[in-house]
Amino acid sequence: MKGDTNEQALLKGLAHNDSKAIEIIYKDNFNMIQAFILNNNGSYDEARDIFQEAMIALYEKSQTDSFVLTCQIKTYLYSICRRLWLKRLQQMGRYTGSIDGFEETVAVEEDWENHEKRNAEFAIMDRALNSLGEPCKSLLQGYYLKKMDMNALAAEFGYTNADNAKNQKYKCLMRLKKLFFSQYNIGE
Amino acid sequence: MDDILLLDAIERYLSGEMSAEERSYFENLRKTTPEIDQMVVEHNMFLHQIADYAANIQIKQTLHEVHQYLLERGDLNEGGAISTKGKVIQFWNKYKRVTAIAASVGGVIALFISGLAMYFSTSVNDPKLEQLGKDLEVVKKNQQAQVNIINEVTSKIPTNARLLSGGSGFLVDPKGYIVTNAHILKGTGAIVVNSKGAEFKSSIVLIDHDKDLAILKINDEEYESVKSIPYSIQKTNSSLGEEIFTLGYPRNEIVYGMGYLSAKTGFNGDSLSYQIQISANPGNSGAPVFNKNGEVIGVLSTRQAQADGVAFAVKSKNIHSIIEDLKKSDTAFRKVKLPSKSALKGVERKTQITKVEDCVFFVKAYTK
Repeated sequence: MKGDTNEQALLKGLAHNDSKAIEIIYKDNFNMIQAFILNNNGSYDEARDIFQEAMIALYEKSQTDSFVLTCQIKTYLYSICRRLWLKRLQQMGRYTGSIDGFEETVAVEEDWENHEKRNAEFAIMDRALNSLGEPCKSLLQGYYLKKMDMNALAAEFGYTNADNAKNQKYKCLMRLKKLFFSQYNIGE
Repeated sequence: MDDILLLDAIERYLSGEMSAEERSYFENLRKTTPEIDQMVVEHNMFLHQIADYAANIQIKQTLHEVHQYLLERGDLNEGGAISTKGKVIQFWNKYKRVTAIAASVGGVIALFISGLAMYFSTSVNDPKLEQLGKDLEVVKKNQQAQVNIINEVTSKIPTNARLLSGGSGFLVDPKGYIVTNAHILKGTGAIVVNSKGAEFKSSIVLIDHDKDLAILKINDEEYESVKSIPYSIQKTNSSLGEEIFTLGYPRNEIVYGMGYLSAKTGFNGDSLSYQIQISANPGNSGAPVFNKNGEVIGVLSTRQAQADGVAFAVKSKNIHSIIEDLKKSDTAFRKVKLPSKSALKGVERKTQITKVEDCVFFVKAYTK
Protein backbone atom coordinates (compact mmCIF):
# COMPACT_ATOMS: atom_id res chain seq x y z
CA MET A 1 0.00 0.00 0.00
CA LYS A 2 1.68 3.12 -1.17
CA GLY A 3 0.70 6.54 0.14
CA ASP A 4 -1.12 8.59 -2.48
CA THR A 5 0.39 11.64 -4.15
CA ASN A 6 -1.17 13.95 -1.61
CA GLU A 7 0.57 12.16 1.23
CA GLN A 8 3.80 12.20 -0.74
CA ALA A 9 3.55 15.96 -1.01
CA LEU A 10 2.85 16.28 2.69
CA LEU A 11 5.88 14.17 3.54
CA LYS A 12 8.02 16.27 1.27
CA GLY A 13 6.77 19.33 3.11
CA LEU A 14 7.51 17.70 6.44
CA ALA A 15 11.05 16.87 5.32
CA HIS A 16 11.56 20.58 4.64
CA ASN A 17 10.04 21.66 7.93
CA ASP A 18 7.17 23.34 6.07
CA SER A 19 4.66 24.47 8.65
CA LYS A 20 1.67 24.25 6.30
CA ALA A 21 2.31 20.56 5.58
CA ILE A 22 2.97 19.91 9.25
CA GLU A 23 -0.27 21.64 10.11
CA ILE A 24 -2.26 19.39 7.78
CA ILE A 25 -0.64 16.20 9.04
CA TYR A 26 -1.15 17.42 12.59
CA LYS A 27 -4.81 18.21 12.05
CA ASP A 28 -5.52 14.91 10.34
CA ASN A 29 -3.87 12.72 12.94
CA PHE A 30 -3.59 14.36 16.30
CA ASN A 31 -7.10 13.72 17.54
CA MET A 32 -6.86 10.02 16.85
CA ILE A 33 -3.59 9.76 18.79
CA GLN A 34 -4.92 11.91 21.58
CA ALA A 35 -7.97 9.68 21.94
CA PHE A 36 -5.71 6.64 22.00
CA ILE A 37 -3.47 8.06 24.73
CA LEU A 38 -6.40 9.33 26.79
CA ASN A 39 -8.10 5.95 26.55
CA ASN A 40 -4.97 4.29 27.84
CA ASN A 41 -4.24 6.11 31.07
CA GLY A 42 -2.61 9.10 29.46
CA SER A 43 -3.05 12.85 29.93
CA TYR A 44 -3.42 15.67 27.41
CA ASP A 45 0.21 16.66 27.91
CA GLU A 46 1.40 13.13 27.38
CA ALA A 47 -0.67 12.83 24.22
CA ARG A 48 1.00 15.95 22.93
CA ASP A 49 4.49 14.69 23.78
CA ILE A 50 3.93 11.31 22.23
CA PHE A 51 2.42 12.70 19.07
CA GLN A 52 5.21 15.21 18.59
CA GLU A 53 7.78 12.52 19.21
CA ALA A 54 6.20 10.39 16.50
CA MET A 55 6.15 13.39 14.15
CA ILE A 56 9.86 13.84 14.75
CA ALA A 57 10.47 10.17 14.04
CA LEU A 58 8.60 10.55 10.77
CA TYR A 59 10.55 13.72 10.04
CA GLU A 60 13.83 11.93 10.61
CA LYS A 61 12.72 9.08 8.40
CA SER A 62 11.80 11.55 5.67
CA GLN A 63 15.33 12.96 5.77
CA THR A 64 17.02 9.74 4.73
CA ASP A 65 18.03 9.33 1.11
CA SER A 66 16.26 6.02 0.68
CA PHE A 67 13.04 7.28 2.20
CA VAL A 68 9.83 5.51 1.21
CA LEU A 69 6.77 5.30 3.37
CA THR A 70 5.16 1.97 2.69
CA CYS A 71 1.94 2.79 4.53
CA GLN A 72 -0.35 5.71 5.21
CA ILE A 73 0.97 8.53 7.37
CA LYS A 74 -1.83 7.79 9.77
CA THR A 75 -0.87 4.14 10.20
CA TYR A 76 2.76 5.01 10.62
CA LEU A 77 2.15 7.65 13.26
CA TYR A 78 -0.21 5.38 15.11
CA SER A 79 2.30 2.55 15.10
CA ILE A 80 5.06 4.76 16.45
CA CYS A 81 2.82 6.29 19.08
CA ARG A 82 1.58 2.93 20.21
CA ARG A 83 5.11 1.64 20.54
CA LEU A 84 6.19 4.81 22.36
CA TRP A 85 3.29 4.84 24.71
CA LEU A 86 3.70 1.21 25.60
CA LYS A 87 7.28 1.88 26.56
CA ARG A 88 6.33 5.01 28.47
CA LEU A 89 3.70 3.11 30.44
CA GLN A 90 6.11 0.37 31.30
CA GLN A 91 8.70 2.89 32.43
CA MET A 92 6.19 4.57 34.70
CA GLY A 93 4.89 1.26 36.01
CA ARG A 94 1.42 2.08 34.81
CA TYR A 95 1.27 -0.67 32.26
CA THR A 96 -1.71 -2.87 33.04
CA GLY A 97 -0.90 -5.64 30.64
CA SER A 98 -3.20 -4.63 27.86
CA ILE A 99 -3.52 -1.65 25.64
CA ASP A 100 -6.67 -0.66 23.83
CA GLY A 101 -6.75 0.45 20.25
CA PHE A 102 -7.58 -1.55 17.20
CA GLU A 103 -5.97 0.47 14.49
CA GLU A 104 -3.85 -1.20 11.91
CA THR A 105 -0.15 -1.09 12.74
CA VAL A 106 3.04 -1.58 10.79
CA ALA A 107 6.45 -2.71 11.91
CA VAL A 108 8.39 0.29 13.09
CA GLU A 109 11.07 -1.35 15.20
CA GLU A 110 13.96 -0.36 13.00
CA ASP A 111 12.84 3.24 12.68
CA TRP A 112 12.12 3.28 16.30
CA GLU A 113 15.62 2.18 17.22
CA ASN A 114 17.09 4.77 14.90
CA HIS A 115 15.00 7.42 16.50
CA GLU A 116 16.08 6.37 19.97
CA LYS A 117 19.70 6.50 18.88
CA ARG A 118 19.24 9.96 17.41
CA ASN A 119 17.59 11.14 20.59
CA ALA A 120 20.52 9.85 22.60
CA GLU A 121 22.92 11.73 20.34
CA PHE A 122 20.91 14.91 20.63
CA ALA A 123 20.93 14.56 24.38
CA ILE A 124 24.72 14.29 24.33
CA MET A 125 25.02 17.33 22.09
CA ASP A 126 22.64 19.18 24.36
CA ARG A 127 24.67 18.32 27.46
CA ALA A 128 27.93 19.18 25.74
CA LEU A 129 26.61 22.55 24.60
CA ASN A 130 25.23 23.35 28.01
CA SER A 131 28.45 22.53 29.81
CA LEU A 132 30.44 24.79 27.48
CA GLY A 133 29.55 27.95 29.29
CA GLU A 134 29.17 31.41 27.82
CA PRO A 135 29.98 32.97 25.43
CA CYS A 136 30.97 29.73 23.70
CA LYS A 137 27.50 28.26 23.90
CA SER A 138 25.72 31.29 22.43
CA LEU A 139 28.40 31.81 19.83
CA LEU A 140 28.12 28.25 18.54
CA GLN A 141 24.34 28.32 18.75
CA GLY A 142 24.36 31.54 16.77
CA TYR A 143 26.55 30.05 14.07
CA TYR A 144 25.28 26.49 13.79
CA LEU A 145 21.68 26.76 14.97
CA LYS A 146 20.56 30.21 14.01
CA LYS A 147 22.88 30.20 10.97
CA MET A 148 24.08 33.74 11.54
CA ASP A 149 27.12 34.85 9.56
CA MET A 150 30.41 35.75 11.21
CA ASN A 151 30.00 39.50 10.78
CA ALA A 152 26.62 39.52 12.51
CA LEU A 153 28.00 37.34 15.29
CA ALA A 154 31.03 39.61 15.74
CA ALA A 155 28.68 42.57 16.04
CA GLU A 156 26.34 40.81 18.44
CA PHE A 157 29.06 39.52 20.74
CA GLY A 158 31.20 42.64 20.53
CA TYR A 159 34.24 41.27 18.72
CA THR A 160 36.22 43.92 16.89
CA ASN A 161 36.08 41.98 13.63
CA ALA A 162 34.76 38.81 12.05
CA ASP A 163 38.17 37.12 12.12
CA ASN A 164 38.44 37.43 15.87
CA ALA A 165 34.95 36.01 16.23
CA LYS A 166 35.88 33.19 13.91
CA ASN A 167 38.97 32.40 15.97
CA GLN A 168 36.88 32.32 19.09
CA LYS A 169 34.32 30.13 17.38
CA TYR A 170 36.96 27.54 16.49
CA LYS A 171 38.27 27.49 20.03
CA CYS A 172 34.76 26.89 21.29
CA LEU A 173 34.11 24.30 18.62
CA MET A 174 37.16 22.34 19.63
CA ARG A 175 36.01 22.29 23.22
CA LEU A 176 32.54 21.24 22.17
CA LYS A 177 33.92 18.48 20.03
CA LYS A 178 36.01 17.21 22.89
CA LEU A 179 33.03 17.23 25.22
CA PHE A 180 30.77 15.62 22.67
CA PHE A 181 33.09 12.82 21.64
CA SER A 182 34.05 11.92 25.18
CA GLN A 183 30.34 11.28 25.90
CA TYR A 184 29.57 9.90 22.48
CA ASN A 185 32.28 7.26 22.62
CA ILE A 186 31.18 6.16 26.08
CA GLY A 187 27.68 5.85 24.68
CA GLU A 188 28.93 3.64 21.91
CA MET B 1 46.68 28.23 16.59
CA ASP B 2 47.67 25.57 14.09
CA ASP B 3 44.71 23.56 15.15
CA ILE B 4 42.48 26.51 14.44
CA LEU B 5 43.95 27.00 11.00
CA LEU B 6 43.52 23.34 10.31
CA LEU B 7 39.93 23.36 11.54
CA ASP B 8 39.22 26.35 9.35
CA ALA B 9 40.68 24.52 6.39
CA ILE B 10 38.64 21.42 7.12
CA GLU B 11 35.42 23.40 7.44
CA ARG B 12 36.07 25.22 4.21
CA TYR B 13 36.97 21.92 2.55
CA LEU B 14 33.77 20.26 3.76
CA SER B 15 31.54 23.15 2.82
CA GLY B 16 33.13 23.35 -0.62
CA GLU B 17 34.49 26.85 -0.16
CA MET B 18 37.98 25.96 -1.30
CA SER B 19 39.34 26.87 -4.70
CA ALA B 20 40.21 23.95 -7.01
CA GLU B 21 43.91 24.40 -6.43
CA GLU B 22 43.60 24.58 -2.65
CA ARG B 23 41.27 21.65 -2.73
CA SER B 24 43.63 19.36 -4.63
CA TYR B 25 46.42 20.39 -2.30
CA PHE B 26 44.29 19.60 0.73
CA GLU B 27 43.15 16.26 -0.67
CA ASN B 28 46.73 15.39 -1.23
CA LEU B 29 47.46 16.30 2.37
CA ARG B 30 44.64 14.01 3.51
CA LYS B 31 46.10 11.11 1.60
CA THR B 32 49.59 11.58 2.95
CA THR B 33 48.68 12.45 6.53
CA PRO B 34 46.36 9.89 8.17
CA GLU B 35 45.85 12.19 11.19
CA ILE B 36 44.41 14.92 9.02
CA ASP B 37 42.28 12.41 7.18
CA GLN B 38 40.96 11.17 10.47
CA MET B 39 40.24 14.76 11.57
CA VAL B 40 38.29 15.45 8.39
CA VAL B 41 36.11 12.38 8.83
CA GLU B 42 35.57 13.14 12.47
CA HIS B 43 34.77 16.76 11.84
CA ASN B 44 32.41 15.90 9.01
CA MET B 45 30.53 13.57 11.29
CA PHE B 46 30.46 16.17 14.01
CA LEU B 47 29.11 18.82 11.66
CA HIS B 48 26.35 16.44 10.63
CA GLN B 49 25.56 15.84 14.24
CA ILE B 50 25.30 19.50 14.98
CA ALA B 51 23.23 20.13 11.84
CA ASP B 52 20.82 17.35 12.80
CA TYR B 53 20.69 18.71 16.29
CA ALA B 54 19.77 22.13 14.90
CA ALA B 55 17.13 20.58 12.62
CA ASN B 56 15.72 18.66 15.55
CA ILE B 57 15.34 21.87 17.55
CA GLN B 58 13.69 23.55 14.59
CA ILE B 59 11.18 20.78 13.94
CA LYS B 60 10.31 20.75 17.64
CA GLN B 61 9.78 24.46 17.46
CA THR B 62 7.54 24.13 14.39
CA LEU B 63 5.54 21.33 16.00
CA HIS B 64 5.08 23.42 19.09
CA GLU B 65 3.89 26.42 17.06
CA VAL B 66 1.54 24.31 14.97
CA HIS B 67 0.12 22.75 18.11
CA GLN B 68 -0.49 26.15 19.67
CA TYR B 69 -1.99 27.50 16.48
CA LEU B 70 -4.37 24.59 16.05
CA LEU B 71 -5.28 24.79 19.70
CA GLU B 72 -6.15 28.45 19.35
CA ARG B 73 -8.18 27.80 16.25
CA GLY B 74 -10.01 25.11 18.14
CA ASP B 75 -8.99 22.29 15.82
CA LEU B 76 -7.45 20.57 18.81
CA ASN B 77 -9.00 20.16 22.20
CA GLU B 78 -7.07 19.70 25.38
CA GLY B 79 -9.90 19.39 27.83
CA GLY B 80 -10.65 22.44 29.94
CA ALA B 81 -7.82 24.42 28.45
CA ILE B 82 -9.91 25.21 25.43
CA SER B 83 -10.56 28.89 24.96
CA THR B 84 -13.96 30.21 24.05
CA LYS B 85 -12.35 31.95 21.14
CA GLY B 86 -11.25 28.56 19.87
CA LYS B 87 -14.70 27.21 20.42
CA VAL B 88 -16.30 29.99 18.48
CA ILE B 89 -13.82 29.71 15.65
CA GLN B 90 -14.17 25.97 15.57
CA PHE B 91 -17.90 26.31 15.63
CA TRP B 92 -17.70 28.80 12.82
CA ASN B 93 -15.38 26.63 10.76
CA LYS B 94 -17.52 23.60 11.38
CA TYR B 95 -20.83 25.24 10.64
CA LYS B 96 -19.76 27.80 8.07
CA ARG B 97 -21.84 26.18 5.36
CA VAL B 98 -24.81 25.53 7.58
CA THR B 99 -24.64 29.13 8.75
CA ALA B 100 -24.50 30.36 5.20
CA ILE B 101 -27.53 28.30 4.29
CA ALA B 102 -29.35 29.38 7.43
CA ALA B 103 -28.50 32.98 6.67
CA SER B 104 -29.85 32.75 3.16
CA VAL B 105 -32.98 30.98 4.36
CA GLY B 106 -33.26 33.71 7.00
CA GLY B 107 -32.83 36.29 4.28
CA VAL B 108 -35.62 34.75 2.22
CA ILE B 109 -37.90 34.60 5.25
CA ALA B 110 -37.04 38.18 6.14
CA LEU B 111 -37.89 39.26 2.61
CA PHE B 112 -41.11 37.34 2.77
CA ILE B 113 -42.06 38.84 6.12
CA SER B 114 -41.17 42.33 5.09
CA GLY B 115 -43.24 41.72 2.00
CA LEU B 116 -46.12 40.69 4.22
CA ALA B 117 -45.51 43.66 6.47
CA MET B 118 -45.56 45.94 3.44
CA TYR B 119 -48.77 44.37 2.33
CA PHE B 120 -50.53 44.74 5.67
CA SER B 121 -48.94 47.89 6.96
CA THR B 122 -50.31 51.37 6.69
CA SER B 123 -47.57 52.10 4.28
CA VAL B 124 -48.21 54.57 1.58
CA ASN B 125 -47.71 51.76 -0.90
CA ASP B 126 -51.15 50.60 0.07
CA PRO B 127 -53.48 50.93 -2.87
CA LYS B 128 -56.20 52.08 -0.50
CA LEU B 129 -54.07 55.07 0.42
CA GLU B 130 -53.07 57.87 -1.81
CA GLN B 131 -50.16 60.09 -1.18
CA LEU B 132 -51.06 63.63 -1.74
CA GLY B 133 -47.87 64.62 -3.39
CA LYS B 134 -48.58 65.44 -6.95
CA ASP B 135 -47.01 64.50 -10.14
CA LEU B 136 -45.41 67.60 -11.41
CA GLU B 137 -45.57 66.59 -15.02
CA VAL B 138 -49.09 67.95 -14.71
CA VAL B 139 -47.90 70.98 -12.87
CA LYS B 140 -45.36 71.53 -15.55
CA LYS B 141 -48.04 71.49 -18.18
CA ASN B 142 -50.04 73.92 -16.14
CA GLN B 143 -47.03 76.08 -15.86
CA GLN B 144 -46.52 75.95 -19.55
CA ALA B 145 -50.11 76.89 -20.10
CA GLN B 146 -49.72 79.79 -17.76
CA VAL B 147 -46.29 80.71 -18.99
CA ASN B 148 -47.49 83.92 -20.50
CA ILE B 149 -48.96 85.06 -17.25
CA ILE B 150 -46.09 84.16 -14.91
CA ASN B 151 -43.40 84.90 -17.36
CA GLU B 152 -41.61 87.35 -15.12
CA VAL B 153 -40.56 84.65 -12.66
CA THR B 154 -37.45 82.79 -13.81
CA SER B 155 -37.34 79.36 -12.30
CA LYS B 156 -34.67 78.46 -9.75
CA ILE B 157 -34.85 74.83 -10.74
CA PRO B 158 -31.45 74.01 -12.21
CA THR B 159 -31.42 73.61 -15.94
CA ASN B 160 -31.41 69.96 -17.02
CA ALA B 161 -33.20 69.06 -13.78
CA ARG B 162 -36.43 67.18 -14.11
CA LEU B 163 -39.32 68.02 -11.81
CA LEU B 164 -40.56 64.93 -10.07
CA SER B 165 -43.16 65.78 -7.53
CA GLY B 166 -44.64 68.56 -5.52
CA GLY B 167 -46.44 69.22 -2.30
CA SER B 168 -46.65 71.65 0.54
CA GLY B 169 -44.43 72.55 3.46
CA PHE B 170 -44.35 75.05 6.28
CA LEU B 171 -41.79 76.95 8.30
CA VAL B 172 -40.89 75.67 11.74
CA ASP B 173 -37.99 78.02 12.33
CA PRO B 174 -37.75 81.61 10.99
CA LYS B 175 -34.26 80.92 9.63
CA GLY B 176 -35.83 78.86 6.85
CA TYR B 177 -36.40 75.34 8.19
CA ILE B 178 -39.40 73.79 6.51
CA VAL B 179 -41.23 70.61 7.49
CA THR B 180 -42.81 68.57 4.73
CA ASN B 181 -43.61 64.95 3.89
CA ALA B 182 -40.78 62.58 3.08
CA HIS B 183 -42.73 61.07 0.20
CA ILE B 184 -42.78 64.36 -1.65
CA LEU B 185 -39.01 64.53 -1.85
CA LYS B 186 -38.44 61.92 -4.46
CA GLY B 187 -35.55 63.59 -6.19
CA THR B 188 -32.17 64.93 -5.28
CA GLY B 189 -33.16 68.46 -4.39
CA ALA B 190 -36.08 70.78 -3.89
CA ILE B 191 -37.09 74.38 -4.33
CA VAL B 192 -39.81 76.04 -2.39
CA VAL B 193 -42.23 78.68 -3.61
CA ASN B 194 -44.02 81.04 -1.29
CA SER B 195 -47.60 82.20 -1.55
CA LYS B 196 -46.49 85.19 -3.61
CA GLY B 197 -44.80 83.00 -6.19
CA ALA B 198 -41.19 83.68 -5.20
CA GLU B 199 -38.91 80.65 -5.55
CA PHE B 200 -36.14 79.79 -3.12
CA LYS B 201 -33.43 77.18 -3.37
CA SER B 202 -33.41 74.70 -0.54
CA SER B 203 -31.64 71.56 0.56
CA ILE B 204 -32.91 68.42 2.21
CA VAL B 205 -31.36 68.30 5.66
CA LEU B 206 -33.24 65.37 7.13
CA ILE B 207 -35.55 62.74 5.80
CA ASP B 208 -37.41 60.17 7.88
CA HIS B 209 -39.39 57.71 5.78
CA ASP B 210 -40.83 55.91 8.80
CA LYS B 211 -42.55 59.03 10.05
CA ASP B 212 -42.98 60.29 6.49
CA LEU B 213 -41.48 63.60 7.52
CA ALA B 214 -38.60 65.61 6.16
CA ILE B 215 -36.88 68.89 6.87
CA LEU B 216 -35.75 71.32 4.20
CA LYS B 217 -33.55 74.30 4.76
CA ILE B 218 -33.90 77.33 2.53
CA ASN B 219 -30.48 78.46 1.49
CA ASP B 220 -31.14 81.30 -0.84
CA GLU B 221 -29.78 84.83 -0.52
CA GLU B 222 -33.10 86.25 -1.55
CA TYR B 223 -34.86 84.64 1.36
CA GLU B 224 -35.61 87.05 4.14
CA SER B 225 -36.26 85.42 7.49
CA VAL B 226 -39.76 86.02 8.77
CA LYS B 227 -39.82 88.00 11.98
CA SER B 228 -41.65 85.32 13.84
CA ILE B 229 -43.75 82.30 13.15
CA PRO B 230 -47.32 82.96 14.20
CA TYR B 231 -48.24 79.35 15.03
CA SER B 232 -46.86 76.85 17.50
CA ILE B 233 -46.29 73.12 17.08
CA GLN B 234 -48.43 71.13 19.50
CA LYS B 235 -46.66 68.56 21.63
CA THR B 236 -49.67 66.76 23.04
CA ASN B 237 -52.37 64.83 21.26
CA SER B 238 -55.50 66.61 20.10
CA SER B 239 -59.05 65.65 20.93
CA LEU B 240 -61.61 64.08 18.71
CA GLY B 241 -63.96 66.46 17.00
CA GLU B 242 -61.52 69.33 17.14
CA GLU B 243 -62.04 71.81 14.36
CA ILE B 244 -59.09 71.95 11.99
CA PHE B 245 -58.00 73.82 8.91
CA THR B 246 -55.17 73.54 6.45
CA LEU B 247 -53.39 75.59 3.84
CA GLY B 248 -51.61 73.87 0.98
CA TYR B 249 -50.79 73.80 -2.69
CA PRO B 250 -52.95 71.33 -4.56
CA ARG B 251 -52.67 73.92 -7.35
CA ASN B 252 -50.02 76.53 -8.01
CA GLU B 253 -51.93 78.73 -5.65
CA ILE B 254 -52.40 78.40 -1.92
CA VAL B 255 -55.71 76.73 -1.03
CA TYR B 256 -57.58 76.75 2.24
CA GLY B 257 -59.47 73.72 3.54
CA MET B 258 -61.45 73.04 6.69
CA GLY B 259 -62.60 69.96 8.60
CA TYR B 260 -62.42 68.14 11.90
CA LEU B 261 -60.33 65.53 13.65
CA SER B 262 -62.22 62.28 13.20
CA ALA B 263 -60.00 59.63 14.84
CA LYS B 264 -56.99 59.52 17.09
CA THR B 265 -55.25 56.98 14.93
CA GLY B 266 -54.53 56.85 11.27
CA PHE B 267 -55.12 54.22 8.64
CA ASN B 268 -55.49 50.73 10.20
CA GLY B 269 -54.79 52.04 13.69
CA ASP B 270 -51.47 53.71 12.78
CA SER B 271 -50.67 55.54 16.01
CA LEU B 272 -48.29 57.98 14.35
CA SER B 273 -51.13 59.82 12.70
CA TYR B 274 -54.68 61.13 13.02
CA GLN B 275 -57.60 60.58 10.78
CA ILE B 276 -59.11 63.86 9.70
CA GLN B 277 -62.14 64.76 7.73
CA ILE B 278 -61.08 67.30 5.15
CA SER B 279 -61.07 67.59 1.43
CA ALA B 280 -57.51 66.91 0.45
CA ASN B 281 -56.01 66.71 -2.99
CA PRO B 282 -52.66 65.79 -4.41
CA GLY B 283 -50.40 68.69 -3.53
CA ASN B 284 -51.81 68.95 -0.04
CA SER B 285 -49.17 66.56 1.22
CA GLY B 286 -46.89 68.24 3.71
CA ALA B 287 -49.39 70.95 4.48
CA PRO B 288 -49.83 72.00 8.11
CA VAL B 289 -53.02 71.02 9.91
CA PHE B 290 -54.01 73.71 12.41
CA ASN B 291 -56.55 73.67 15.21
CA LYS B 292 -58.72 76.70 15.73
CA ASN B 293 -56.12 78.32 18.03
CA GLY B 294 -53.55 78.26 15.25
CA GLU B 295 -51.51 75.43 16.70
CA VAL B 296 -50.10 72.90 14.25
CA ILE B 297 -51.49 69.52 15.25
CA GLY B 298 -50.25 67.53 12.28
CA VAL B 299 -48.89 67.29 8.77
CA LEU B 300 -51.34 66.24 6.11
CA SER B 301 -49.96 63.21 4.32
CA THR B 302 -52.35 60.71 2.79
CA ARG B 303 -55.97 60.12 2.06
CA GLN B 304 -58.04 57.00 1.83
CA ALA B 305 -58.65 56.15 -1.79
CA GLN B 306 -62.22 54.88 -1.66
CA ALA B 307 -63.58 57.12 1.03
CA ASP B 308 -64.48 60.69 0.38
CA GLY B 309 -62.86 63.30 2.57
CA VAL B 310 -61.00 60.81 4.74
CA ALA B 311 -57.41 61.96 5.10
CA PHE B 312 -54.57 61.33 7.48
CA ALA B 313 -52.13 63.65 9.16
CA VAL B 314 -48.83 62.78 10.84
CA LYS B 315 -49.14 63.88 14.48
CA SER B 316 -47.28 67.08 15.36
CA LYS B 317 -45.29 65.50 18.20
CA ASN B 318 -43.37 63.67 15.50
CA ILE B 319 -42.14 67.07 14.32
CA HIS B 320 -40.64 67.59 17.76
CA SER B 321 -38.89 64.26 17.59
CA ILE B 322 -37.41 64.78 14.12
CA ILE B 323 -36.18 68.23 15.15
CA GLU B 324 -34.42 66.50 18.04
CA ASP B 325 -32.93 64.05 15.54
CA LEU B 326 -31.81 66.96 13.40
CA LYS B 327 -30.11 68.69 16.33
CA LYS B 328 -28.27 65.50 17.16
CA SER B 329 -27.16 64.95 13.58
CA ASP B 330 -25.02 68.07 13.33
CA THR B 331 -23.95 70.87 15.63
CA ALA B 332 -24.92 73.34 12.90
CA PHE B 333 -28.56 72.58 13.66
CA ARG B 334 -28.30 72.96 17.41
CA LYS B 335 -29.98 76.33 17.37
CA VAL B 336 -33.09 75.22 15.51
CA LYS B 337 -36.03 76.09 17.71
CA LEU B 338 -39.66 75.26 17.18
CA PRO B 339 -42.13 78.09 17.76
CA SER B 340 -43.72 77.56 21.14
CA LYS B 341 -46.43 80.21 21.26
CA SER B 342 -49.32 80.72 18.94
CA ALA B 343 -50.17 84.31 18.10
CA LEU B 344 -53.37 83.20 16.40
CA LYS B 345 -55.49 82.39 19.41
CA GLY B 346 -58.88 84.06 19.34
CA VAL B 347 -58.15 85.68 16.03
CA GLU B 348 -60.60 85.65 13.16
CA ARG B 349 -59.94 82.89 10.59
CA LYS B 350 -59.32 85.37 7.74
CA THR B 351 -56.63 87.11 9.80
CA GLN B 352 -55.21 83.76 10.85
CA ILE B 353 -54.86 82.77 7.20
CA THR B 354 -53.15 85.97 6.13
CA LYS B 355 -50.67 85.57 8.94
CA VAL B 356 -50.03 81.92 8.23
CA GLU B 357 -49.88 81.96 4.45
CA ASP B 358 -46.41 83.53 4.31
CA CYS B 359 -45.09 80.54 6.18
CA VAL B 360 -46.60 77.87 3.94
CA PHE B 361 -44.62 76.92 0.85
CA PHE B 362 -45.11 75.03 -2.33
CA VAL B 363 -42.39 72.34 -2.44
CA LYS B 364 -41.13 71.12 -5.78
CA ALA B 365 -38.75 68.17 -5.84
CA TYR B 366 -36.50 67.66 -8.81
CA THR B 367 -33.75 65.38 -9.92
CA LYS B 368 -30.75 66.26 -11.97
